[in-house]
This record gives sequence, C-alpha cells and structure tokens, in this order.
Amino acid sequence: MSPQTVIFYCLAVIIILSAVIATFARNIVNAAYGLFFTLLALGGVYVLLRADFLAVTQIVIYVGGILVLLLFGILLTNRRLEDLIISGQRSSLLGVVMGCVIFAVLLAIIFYARWPQSENAQLEGTTAPLGYLLLQNFLLPFEFSSITLLAALLGASYLVRPSERD
Amino acid sequence: MTLEIGLIHYLVLGAILFALGIIGVVTRRNAVGVLISIEIILNAANLNLIAFAKHAAKGLALPGLQGSAGLDGQVFAIFIILLAACEAALALAIIITIFNRFGSIEVDYANTMSG
Repeated sequence: MSPQTVIFYCLAVIIILSAVIATFARNIVNAAYGLFFTLLALGGVYVLLRADFLAVTQIVIYVGGILVLLLFGILLTNRRLEDLIISGQRSSLLGVVMGCVIFAVLLAIIFYARWPQSENAQLEGTTAPLGYLLLQNFLLPFEFSSITLLAALLGASYLVRPSERD
Repeated sequence: MTLEIGLIHYLVLGAILFALGIIGVVTRRNAVGVLISIEIILNAANLNLIAFAKHAAKGLALPGLQGSAGLDGQVFAIFIILLAACEAALALAIIITIFNRFGSIEVDYANTMSG
C-alpha cells in the first residue's frame, strides 16, 4: 500500500465518523465540532487531489469563517443553555431509511457508470492557473458572485437590525 | 475496490457524506443543525467536483490559457464555497430573526404560515 492510500483511508475514516457525529449528536455544539473535523479532514483530501489552493480556501473560509458563524448562531439563540441546546430528532427512522435509499441509488450510479480513466497530470501549483481562469474565462460569474456576496451580507445585516420604533 | 485510490473512492466518500447530510436535514429539529447538514451536503458536492477535476478532466485546450486546462471543476468548487458562505450568513440572520419572534429555533415552532 502506498502512503497515499493509507492517508486517504485515515482521512476517510475521520470524515465519516465526524460527519456521523455532526448528523446524530444530540448536543448541537458537539455537532458543530463534528463538522469542524469533517471540514478539516476534507481539506486534507483536497491536498491528495492536488487542489492546494482549494485546501487552503476550505480551511480559511469554512473552518475559520462559516464554523465560527455557526457557533455564534448556536450561542446567540439559546437562552437556557442546557435545555434548548439539546436538539431532539424527529421521525428518525423515516429519515435514515430515506438517506439509505438515496445512498443506494448513488452507489448504483457510481458503479454502473463508465467514468473516463484519464488522469489529469497537469495539476501542480493550481493557484496561478486558477487566478487566470477566474479573470479570463470565468470573469462574468466572478463579478456576479461579488455582487451576490454584497447582497447577501447587506440582506443579513438588514434582517437582524434592531427595529426602529417599538 | 482495488488498493489504488481512484475516482470511485472519492465518489463513494462523497455519496456517504451526501446521504448523511440528507439524513440530518430530514431528522434535525434544530435549525442550526439543519444548516450544519446543508454544509455537509455542499462539501460532498465539492469533493465530487474536485475529484472529477483530477481524474476525469480531458485536459481541454482553452484558447489563450497554457497549462491551466482541466481546472474547471476547481473553479466551480470555489463558487460553491462562496455561495455556501452567503447561505450561512443569510440563514443565520433568518434563524436569529425566527428566534426573536418565536423564542425558539426548533423548526416546528415556525408554523404560522401553515394552514
């Protein structure tokens, strides 16, 4: 077994275990920590896939930004910390059955489809090519995404504004 | 399953993550828990896109772009990460508004509009 194989399976075990914690933990803070380890290990998988820029982006934006935002949301929306922070499960059996059916369908698709076998050998140092791509071929989506980001942040701050006359 | 790590392994990992996210979205009652599961689903999509960029890209010859072919999947993943950030910010604003109005973020409480 090559070192890449060993590393992949270690990361896969970490990802699946922590995703299970993030899905089934009764304490929502524990679920957030499970998401933390899922995102971190996924960054490692991106390194295995030669996506170095995306691995760093994953850690900076997801782990550093979105997860902190989620924890703020958890802590801001719990008055009685011990009571409300426990999140019950609703119709768990139905949900698990539904997830298993979707997983089975996805597995069938994955194993019956004929995927192209070409390996992209050009992937080394993806940061500079990604910059060129974003500013040449994907310039319009890039600009639209900046407008989307601005609109989302403005909308978020508008939603949680203190009401003017109460 | 062979010992060599190929496209199939990454796709199966992405499918597992996607199914776990679906289970979480359906079974969670806490709105932040639903948001956590949505993030897992988006990450499963990202993993698939990046795996395709490595293993299934044809190496397209784009005009005027030397040495940067086959990176379209990674560009898509960047846009998905950006949209996930927008979505997390907006969803948390909505969750805090719901909490101020209903006093709880259990999604079952926000049923004013249901008939």
